[in-house]
Amino acid sequence: MSFVSFSPLPCALGIAVYWIALGILGLTQRADREAGRILYAAGAAGGLLLAVTAAWALGDAPTAIQLPLGLPGLPFHLRLDSLSAFFLVLLGLAVTGISLFSTGYFISGSTTNDRVTCLHYHFFLAAMVFVLLADDAYMFMVAWESMALVSYFLVTSDHRFAEIRSAGFLYLVVAHVGAMAILLCFGVLHGPDGGYTFEAMRNADRTPFWATTAFLLALVGFGAKAGFLPLHAWLPEAHPAAPSPVSALMSGVMLKTAIYGLLRIGFDLLPIQYASWGVIALALGLVTMLYGVLFAAVQTDMKRLLAYSSIENIGLVLAAIGLAIVFRVHAMPALAALALCAALFHCLNHALFKSLLFLATGAVMHATSQRSLGRLGGLIHPMPWVAGAALVGTLAIAGLPPLNGFVSEWLLLQAFLLSPELPDPYLRMLVPVATAALVLAAAVAAYVMVKFYGVVFLGQPREPSLRYAHDADVWQRAGLLFLVACCVLAGLFPVTVLNGIDHVATGLLGRGMGDAVGRQWLHVTPVSAERASYSPLLVLAGILGVVSAVFLYVRVRYHMRTRRAPPWDCGFPAQTSRMQDTAEGFGQPIKQIFEPFFRIEREMPSPFDGAPRYRARTEDKLWYVLYLPLVRFVERIAGWVARLQHGRIQWYLVYSFATLLALLVLIRFQ
Amino acid sequence: MLPQYALSQLLEALFAVVVAPLALGWVNQCRAWLQNRRGPGVTQPYRVIAKLFRKEVVLAHQASFLFRAVPYVVFGCMVLATGIVPMLATALPFAPAADVIALVGLLALARIFMALAAMDTGTAFGSLGARREMLVAALAEPALLMVFFMPSLIARSTSLTTIVETLAHQRVAVHPSLAFAAVAFVMVMLAENARIPVDNPGTHLELTMIHEATILEYSGRHLALIEWAHALKLLVYATIGIALFLPWGIAEAGHWAGLPTAVLALVAKLLVGGAALAVTETVSAKLRIFRAPEFLATAFLMAVLGMLTHLLLEGTA
Repeated sequence: MSFVSFSPLPCALGIAVYWIALGILGLTQRADREAGRILYAAGAAGGLLLAVTAAWALGDAPTAIQLPLGLPGLPFHLRLDSLSAFFLVLLGLAVTGISLFSTGYFISGSTTNDRVTCLHYHFFLAAMVFVLLADDAYMFMVAWESMALVSYFLVTSDHRFAEIRSAGFLYLVVAHVGAMAILLCFGVLHGPDGGYTFEAMRNADRTPFWATTAFLLALVGFGAKAGFLPLHAWLPEAHPAAPSPVSALMSGVMLKTAIYGLLRIGFDLLPIQYASWGVIALALGLVTMLYGVLFAAVQTDMKRLLAYSSIENIGLVLAAIGLAIVFRVHAMPALAALALCAALFHCLNHALFKSLLFLATGAVMHATSQRSLGRLGGLIHPMPWVAGAALVGTLAIAGLPPLNGFVSEWLLLQAFLLSPELPDPYLRMLVPVATAALVLAAAVAAYVMVKFYGVVFLGQPREPSLRYAHDADVWQRAGLLFLVACCVLAGLFPVTVLNGIDHVATGLLGRGMGDAVGRQWLHVTPVSAERASYSPLLVLAGILGVVSAVFLYVRVRYHMRTRRAPPWDCGFPAQTSRMQDTAEGFGQPIKQIFEPFFRIEREMPSPFDGAPRYRARTEDKLWYVLYLPLVRFVERIAGWVARLQHGRIQWYLVYSFATLLALLVLIRFQ
Repeated sequence: MLPQYALSQLLEALFAVVVAPLALGWVNQCRAWLQNRRGPGVTQPYRVIAKLFRKEVVLAHQASFLFRAVPYVVFGCMVLATGIVPMLATALPFAPAADVIALVGLLALARIFMALAAMDTGTAFGSLGARREMLVAALAEPALLMVFFMPSLIARSTSLTTIVETLAHQRVAVHPSLAFAAVAFVMVMLAENARIPVDNPGTHLELTMIHEATILEYSGRHLALIEWAHALKLLVYATIGIALFLPWGIAEAGHWAGLPTAVLALVAKLLVGGAALAVTETVSAKLRIFRAPEFLATAFLMAVLGMLTHLLLEGTA
C-alpha cells in the first residue's frame, strides 16, 4: 500500500458506525421533511466511500482487528480479506444508488413511521457490513441475526396491512430456520479446544462426514436467506411487502450476503472439498434457476415478478459455485477460478440491475400507487426518466450484450464448455443437461423481462389516471442514474471488474484466472484468445457506428417526412387499452407449455352463465407439497405439547420434579 | 497487414448488406416457380425496399422514441452479426470482439427491441405478435446455443473463425454430433426467420401472424430498414449454417488468392440452400401456434442429444 495512514478495515468499520449514527439521528429528528431526507443522502455518501475503500483493499493481504466488545473472554474479531472486500464493494455501490433514491422516496408519511424506518434502514446497512467483516462465529451470528431482525422490521414497515404482517412472519420463520442451520454448521465446524474464531475453524481437522455435514448445513442455512429451492417461498411474499428501496436492498444486497456466507464456509473455512458438494450445488442451482424463471413468467404483480427473477439469478450463482467446486476438486484451478469469477461477477451484476429495477418499480408505485401489472402501461410517456433507466436494467438482466448481465452469463457458459475436460465421465455427461438448463433459463428470462418492461412502460395506459403520473424527482433520478452508470460501465469494462474479482478467486483457490484477463483491457479472454474472446466496447461501437451511419444516410438521401395517425392494427377502428396483452396473457404460453410446474386453479364459465366469469390462479406447487403439510405437522405436534399445559402451578412443579428425577437416574446409570 | 484485414472486413459486411435482399428474392422466386407462378423476379426485394424508403412514415399516436429507434438498432445488430460470421474469409479483425455466444446475444438484442417496439403502440396484434415472437425465441435461442456448442466443443473454441478453420481442415474426421446439430440448426433457422412451418412470411391473415404482427405498425423508411434487416438475418443464418456445416471453400487468413473461389462457392451454396428452403416451405404446412413449441423442443432435444453423442463417441478428454 502506498500510504501508511490509510487502512481499509477501520475505515469500513467507521462507515458502519456512521450509518448507525445516522439511524439514531433519524430516530431523534422531529417529523421534519427535509432533515430526514438529508440523512439518506448522507448515507449514500457513506456507501460510495465504502465501495472505494473496499475496492482499494481488494488486492491487499488480509487485515484483522479485535474489538473489545462482546462476551467476556470472547472479543469480536473482524477481518477484511479480498472476499469480504468484494462484497463490500457490491454493498457500497448498491447502497449509494438505493440511498440516493430513498432520499426522494421516503418523504413524510410514506411508511407507517418514517423515523423508525430511517433507523432500521441504516441499522440494516451496518448489520450487513458487520456480517461481511465478522471473523468469528459469535460475531457473525450476532450480525446475521441483527440483519434478519432489522430486515423483518423493514419488511413490515407498513404493518397496518394484514398481508404484509403475514409476509413478514413467513420471512422471519424461514430466516430463523436458516439461522439455526448456520448455528449448527458453526457447531460442526468449531476448531480444536472449541475455538469459534474463523482462524481456528480454518485449521481444524475434519473427517469427510463432518465436513460434508457442515457444507450441507451451510447450504440449507444460507439457502434460506438466498432463496434456494425449496426455501424460496418467503421471497415472493416479502419483497412486494417491503417498501421498494428495502426490496432493492434485500434482493440486491442481502441475498448476496448469503452467497458470501456460503463461499466463506464452503471455500475458506472448509479448505478440502468433495465433488459431491459441487454436483449438489450445481443441480440445486439449476433447478432453482428454472423454477424461478418459470414462475416469474406467470406473475401479475411487478414486484413478485422481480422477486422470482431474483430466485433465478441466485440459482445461476449457485450453479456457478457448484461448477467451481467440481473443477477445484478435480485439480483444475484455472477453470475453478473462471467459474467462481462468473459467480461473483453475476452477484455484482444482480446487485446492480435488480436494485435498479426494484427502484424503478418503486418510482412507478410512487407515481401511480399501482403494483399490479394489469393496471399499468404506457408509462414511457409520463415517466421517461424511469422508463429509460428501467430499459437499461431490463436489457442488462435479460443478459444482452453489451451490458453487464451478458458478461457473467458468457463467462459461465465458457466454464461449462470447458467441462468436457473433466476426468470423470459421469460428470462430463452432466454438461449437456446443465448447459441446456442454463440456456433455457436465460432465454425465458428474456421473455420475462420483455413482459415486465412491455406491460409496465409500453403500450397504452390501462387506467386513465396513468396519463398524469409524475416522473421521478431529482434524488430518485440520481439514484437510478447511478445504478444505470454502474451497469453500463461494468458491462463495457468487464476486464477491469474481472481484475478485481480475480483477487478474490486467488484468495479462495490459491490461483486466479491468471494473466488471461489481466494483459489487455479491450477483450475478455477467459482462457486464451484463441479459445474465446469478447469485447463489449467494440460491439457497442459497432452497433452505434452502423446505426449512426444508416441514420445519416437515410437523413441525407431521403426525406424525413413523418405523420402521426391512429394505429393501423389491421384496420380495426375501435381500439381500447383493454385489447392489449395483459400480464396474464403474456404469461399464458409459458403456463401452457410448462404446465406441470404450476398449480393452476381455473374457474371456467359455463355457456349458460348470465354473467360469465373467468379466473385462473397460478400457485407454487411446493407450497402445497411441502409447506402446508409441514405447517399441519407442526400444528399437530404443538397440539400434543399443549396437552401438557394446564395453567396450574402444581403440575409444572411435578414436571420439574419428574425431569430432575429422570436426570438423576440417567446420571446414576451412566 | 491490418488495413488489408479491415478492408476485407468492411467489404464482407458491404457484400452481405448488398446481397441479402437478393438472397431473399431468390428464395421467393424459387417458391413462385414451385407454385407454378412466374414470380416477381429476384430483384423484387430491392424494389420494395427502395419504394418504402421513399414513402412517408405514418406513426401511431402513442408511439414513443423507442418505436422510432428500433429499426435502426435492429439493422445495426444485423450488420454487426454479418461482421462476425466468416462468409468469404476467416480473416475478420472484428471477429475477436464477439464469439458465437455474443452472436446469439446480438440476435437476441435485435429481437427484444423488435418485441418491445411491437408492444409500444399498444395494439392488440402488436402485443400478440410480441408475445409469440418471444415465445418462439425463448425455445429457439437455447436450441441455437446448444447447436453452436457442438462445433465449439470440437474446435475447443467459441470463436466462429477458429471453428470454421478447424472444421474446414477436418475433411476426413466424421462427427456424427454435427449431423444432429445440422438438423437442429435448420429447424431453428426456420423458426427464427419466420419461415414455414413455424410462421408464414407471406401471410397477412391476422390470427396466424407471428413476425408480421410485430411489424404491423411500421411504415416508410422504418419498414424498409426492418425488411432489409430481416433479409440480412436470413443471410446471417444461412451463412452460419454454411460456415459450420459446409465450410469448404472459405478463404483462410492470408490466402487472398482463395477469395474468388470463396465468392463462387458461397454463391453456389446460397443458390442451392435457397432452393432447398423454398422446397421445404412448399412441401410443408404451417403448424398451429401451440405445435411450434413441440417443433422447437424437438430441435432443442436434437441439439442436446448431439452434444451427448459428441461426448460419448467422439471422446475429447
